[in-house]
Amino acid sequence: MKLTQTDVWRGVAILLVFFVLAWLPAVPGADGWLSIVVPITMYTVLATSWAIFSGPTHYVSLATAAFFGVGSYTLALGLDSVPYPLLLLMAAVLGGVMAALVGWATLRLSGVYFVIFTLGLAELIRQVFTWYQNNMGGTRGSYVFTDFTDAHIYWQLLALALLVYLVGWLINRSRLGFAIRIIGGDESVAKHSGINVAWSKIVLFMVSGSVAAVVGAILAPRFVYIEPAMAFNPQLSFMVVIMALLGGTQRLWGPLMGAIPFALVWEIIASNFPAQTTLLMGLAFLLVVFYIPNGISGVVLRWYHQARARQGVNHE
Amino acid sequence: MSSAVLLEVRKVVKRFGGLVAINGVSFDVHEHEVLGLIGPNGSGKTTMMNLISGALPATDGYIAMDDKLLTDLPTRKIARAGIARTFQLVKVIPSMTVLENVMAGAVFGHKKLWGHALAVYAERQLERVGLFGVSHKPTADLTYIDQKRVELARALASDPKVILLDEWLAGLNPTELQTGIELIRSLRDDGRTVILVEHVMDAIRSLCDRCVVMSTGNIIAQGTPADVLADPQVIEAYLGEDYE
Repeated sequence: MKLTQTDVWRGVAILLVFFVLAWLPAVPGADGWLSIVVPITMYTVLATSWAIFSGPTHYVSLATAAFFGVGSYTLALGLDSVPYPLLLLMAAVLGGVMAALVGWATLRLSGVYFVIFTLGLAELIRQVFTWYQNNMGGTRGSYVFTDFTDAHIYWQLLALALLVYLVGWLINRSRLGFAIRIIGGDESVAKHSGINVAWSKIVLFMVSGSVAAVVGAILAPRFVYIEPAMAFNPQLSFMVVIMALLGGTQRLWGPLMGAIPFALVWEIIASNFPAQTTLLMGLAFLLVVFYIPNGISGVVLRWYHQARARQGVNHE
Repeated sequence: MSSAVLLEVRKVVKRFGGLVAINGVSFDVHEHEVLGLIGPNGSGKTTMMNLISGALPATDGYIAMDDKLLTDLPTRKIARAGIARTFQLVKVIPSMTVLENVMAGAVFGHKKLWGHALAVYAERQLERVGLFGVSHKPTADLTYIDQKRVELARALASDPKVILLDEWLAGLNPTELQTGIELIRSLRDDGRTVILVEHVMDAIRSLCDRCVVMSTGNIIAQGTPADVLADPQVIEAYLGEDYE
């Protein structure tokens, strides 16, 4: 399909926004709040790529931490011997391969099994790494020494975000994107329409897994010292799900609307009530599911349509 | 019928655990005919449709089209081979627009359209089933009958050789029924082969070239509607003892 004029203008506008955002670290005194901006950007990328797969298919993946951790370790273990850009690529490939294997094994099953399996996956890999480092490696963690500052990490995440939006947009207007919407609507209709259901789901899950692994690799230098409990922290998976649902998964920009407010609020919660985070996260999850099932973007879209409908009536 | 055999069903068995839903059924479907699959509730008609479309795998026996073995093929490949269907309980995607629902049939299967050509083609299928001016409405807003039309348009969009209609006429009022019968007849005139599961007797009499009558997983009669409906065995099994 060809680009419409709206597509072009939208693209130009988005590029401009990213260009402006890229100058954030140049603002005086940026060092302080970059430490909040980096996680927000990270969560935006993770939640957006999560929604590319889980939004239309309704398969809730709790594997984000698994991919993230594998990405982090790819960087930590390879940093001394492999050039940095190649390590990011390797993380992407590993994340993709892992997603393909998990998808192949579980995406034929119904959603519930998938959720449990993905949650278990992060835990499984974490245990394997812990066991390996205890018994073979000598130390529990690995040091990640680079010259990267928060600004460097932020720029990389920003570039990745741009890539994710581009890929998501391309998927949405492709046959694959159409197929996955039909699959999400009714799987038997999809099959009877000639769609390769398993393959379509696996490809999208691979996209989501790749991105999460690259994010893990980019973030690793920020931790300086990584250990399995941190790299494969299940809380990350839950955070991503909540943010994506809070923002809404019907549009590509939905998760962004959830990641920004939630990451900000979370920053306050984590520093003031460090012992109650899990409880508060559970509460947040319930509130989102009960009160805004379609997320903030769903509410925005509803207002927009209502406003347009009202305008239409006025014109007549 | 003198035309060539298109679909062969041979000694097909379907078991659900201990229950035998289809018990070694064999019949032929000829090119360009309307075949009625009839029988009392629970006789295995819908199961038979599910076996042909690949929604369920057969336990034993085979189904072939144009000498191509369909049994064991995944559902999507059966669809790509040119078999389309509607469902007893309408299956449309309520969150998508009417047009998108119809387009779904013409992208991945027997027909592989995209872009503007796809939209135009899907629009034509909607007109074909008598739906005008609803293309961009959410499908959830349509009445049940109109959703059935959308489903038929989706099936037609794949340009199938064989189209399976599972009680597509059920629930129509007399006027709609006449339109529906005409519509199905026109499918045959287009050169398609139609297999329909139906309870509406008027439709069976006026539409079907042949009927296959099933009862508790077996075929008890085959032939023209007039012949099978006069068969004492059919009258007893299907229409009950009160029928006179």
